[in-house]
Amino acid sequence: MSRGQRGVIIAGAAETNELGKLPGYSTLGLHIEGALNAVADAGLTLRDIDGIATVSAPGPVQVAHALGITPDWIDGTSVGGTSFLLHVRHAAAAIRAGYARTILITHGESGRSRVDVARMAPAPTSPAGQFETPYGTLGPTTTFTIPALRYMKEYGLTHEQLAYVAVAQRRWAAKNPRATFRDPITVDDVLASRMVAYPFHLLECCLVTDGGGALVVTSADRAGEFPHPAVHVLGTGESSETPMISQMVDFTESQAFRLAGQAAFAEAGIAASDVGHLMVYDAFAHVPIYGLEALGFVAKGEGGPFIADGNTEPGGRLPLNTNGGGLSYTHTGMYGMFAIQEGVRQIRGEAAAQVEGPDISVIVGNGGMFSTSGVLVLGRQPR
Amino acid sequence: MTAPLPDKTVPDKTVPAKAVPVPTPETQPFWDGCAAGELRIQRCTDCSTPYFYPRPVCPACGSTRVEWFTASGRASLYSYVINHRPARGFENEAPYAIAVVQLAEGPRMMTNLTGVPNTPDDLVLDMPLRVVFEQRGDVSLPVFTPAEEGR
Repeated sequence: MSRGQRGVIIAGAAETNELGKLPGYSTLGLHIEGALNAVADAGLTLRDIDGIATVSAPGPVQVAHALGITPDWIDGTSVGGTSFLLHVRHAAAAIRAGYARTILITHGESGRSRVDVARMAPAPTSPAGQFETPYGTLGPTTTFTIPALRYMKEYGLTHEQLAYVAVAQRRWAAKNPRATFRDPITVDDVLASRMVAYPFHLLECCLVTDGGGALVVTSADRAGEFPHPAVHVLGTGESSETPMISQMVDFTESQAFRLAGQAAFAEAGIAASDVGHLMVYDAFAHVPIYGLEALGFVAKGEGGPFIADGNTEPGGRLPLNTNGGGLSYTHTGMYGMFAIQEGVRQIRGEAAAQVEGPDISVIVGNGGMFSTSGVLVLGRQPR
Repeated sequence: MTAPLPDKTVPDKTVPAKAVPVPTPETQPFWDGCAAGELRIQRCTDCSTPYFYPRPVCPACGSTRVEWFTASGRASLYSYVINHRPARGFENEAPYAIAVVQLAEGPRMMTNLTGVPNTPDDLVLDMPLRVVFEQRGDVSLPVFTPAEEGR
């Protein structure tokens, strides 16, 4: 396979100027600022962009139009917080096919201030509206969390080990000036925080913030034309599992993570042992455990002890969620864009909590409640 | 809809109404079953796989030769959370369990648990359950309650 023809890189990546509580921005305004920052980061102008991808609200047509872009290629894949990982995968295919040359992928979400946010409640005629909502579900805290007790019973994960996921990630956040929460916490702090949905306490649930970010994806034969080191897209995968948490195949593992991860690792030609930096979408504290196990970093049932033993925190052998994650850094609602951004920063060597020279960073995205997954393998060098 | 609507009681305006499912043509037989006090689900007549939620194709083999049957109503507690931030209409019940049960026939469904305190000590995974029905607006909603072993 010729790298020059087949390779794809992330040439530009940036977040909005600020994250957190930003009532001065609409959802679209956050997309625009992220997009402008990413295009500038790539040393390009909006005139250079010929492809656009983003989620359904506000949608690729709106974002392209607002930016004055007339795209030759459009992707509106909208499958939750992992969508942006799927956009990277689809963009890579489009660039290889010659459908587009320079693709902009945008995220913006007024998750906290709720300025121009689309309602997400399922229709009462939908499967979820008939078979889940009537039982008192109210968003991710009441559904994404349900598998955890089954996992705890099957594999002996303790409440303390679950709490430690938040503790480990706060240690990364402490090194990151842009992280929302930076003060150190203990397992006792986590277990003493307000119960949200047993067994999950407040500190085991992600933040809700405003923010955005964007990526510029192009062909690897242009590596070297841009201000920052190229980040090579070595492998990608995607999968969907279930529209409703009750229909997840097995509550103790994510089939979607596993299948997307297998596809990405196979395309990149890597094994888990090659990975120097890992991001696993952490809407709740159990999700990184499911991610570690689904992609084969540890055996089934070992994810909790692996984190509790310090392996994923600063100084550990597998740096995980090094921006502080959705639990401490930021979580707008569709966090996947921020997980990619941190992977790009680590490969470039410009992260706030920079890991010692990772050659390969893996990003594991989640959409909905274990509904969908995209996985990216990013590298410092082409394959 | 062919079944006559049940009489509606006067709604209590002080408590917001809980979400009421609205049947579609594909799901109407399920809700008709609930109204008759039966948990009717589907199975494939080609590969014999029972499945839920209602849809006109077998998720195991793709066959459209599927039929409705009345499930036993027996289930076990597969997993749950105890939600402290109530959805609309659940204000007086919080904290309340949102559970997923595994039917004796295999499929899983979300439900609430009635006739048992919704606490971690009282809700033990794999405990045997049986279906009962709760009136919710125009429909009967299946919920589950503890059952004696073997019943």
